Amino acid sequence: MIPLIEEEVVNHHKWVSKEEMLDLIAIAQSCPGVFAINISIFIGYKLRKTQGAIATALGTALPSFLIILAIAIFFHQFEDNKVIAAMFKGIRPAVVALIAVPTFNLARRAQLNWFTIWIPIVSALAIWLLGVSPIWIIILAGIGGYVYGKLKVER
Amino acid sequence: MIFLYLFITFFEIGLFGFGGGYGMLSLIQNETVEHWGWLNAAEFTDIVAISQMTPGPIGINSATYCGYTAIKNAGYSVPIAVLGSFTATLALVLPSLILMILISKMFMKYMNSHPVQSVFKGLRPAVVGLLAAATLLLCTRDNFSTPSENPWQFYISCALFAATAFGTGVLKINPIHMICYSALAGLLLFY
Repeated sequence: MIPLIEEEVVNHHKWVSKEEMLDLIAIAQSCPGVFAINISIFIGYKLRKTQGAIATALGTALPSFLIILAIAIFFHQFEDNKVIAAMFKGIRPAVVALIAVPTFNLARRAQLNWFTIWIPIVSALAIWLLGVSPIWIIILAGIGGYVYGKLKVER
Repeated sequence: MIFLYLFITFFEIGLFGFGGGYGMLSLIQNETVEHWGWLNAAEFTDIVAISQMTPGPIGINSATYCGYTAIKNAGYSVPIAVLGSFTATLALVLPSLILMILISKMFMKYMNSHPVQSVFKGLRPAVVGLLAAATLLLCTRDNFSTPSENPWQFYISCALFAATAFGTGVLKINPIHMICYSALAGLLLFY
């Protein structure tokens, strides 16, 4: 996705410089929400303020929205079809694996060490076994990061 | 009422969905499957599968699909369900719109400051936990069956799980190809 956006926004339309784009990408990735939507809002706002932001957000969301809507309508009519049902019985365990693998990749990129490894383990168990909402985990982790950063500066 | 709940739920997901598409996945699952019961685990897995095979962002895809399915499962007609999918998608995008405009307007210079970066740093290991939880919560009867209920389906499901994990994780096979192979295996073995 990123190379595609860069090609259009930086090289083709020259709406932002390469350096500014890198900054915007970094911020859009750390913020909550869908990355492609976030970056498109930044660009839209830069060009035409709020109206531009609404336009680019719509433009980014619309193709996915229409494609998935078509699939949803189509899929609900064929749910009970035996061929489709058999195919999805095979697909489901594969998809669970497709979520399991990025967990490990993400763990590697987060550079966990003995001091931080407990955080994902405790979070996962709290959600899985105790039914804690992931929203609480995110709020606590954010506060934890803030407090830890502050203590580190003071020391 | 279900429209209001859909809106609030996806607004929350948009507001707290850190860590990219996968990070958002556990939030979506927790809200739509565990909390509201709009979808079962199998339906949620189907959405993830469809999102993997289509180009769009997983967050938008799930919101659109879930909005449609939740309304449809509640017994409404297709046009009302389309409205549901519009509501959910709009609600997901709205926090981004508000936050990114606010940041562009006045907070851009603080984004690289130490306190803000500390918050982001604290979130990173937690997002790993979120994704791990999403994986564990999807290991259900809906997706794998059980040894007592249907041993044939259960052991094949486990084999397909292992094959896909090994294929994409170690051999770096394209995930979409693995989904197609699994669909074929499902067709041959479960039909």
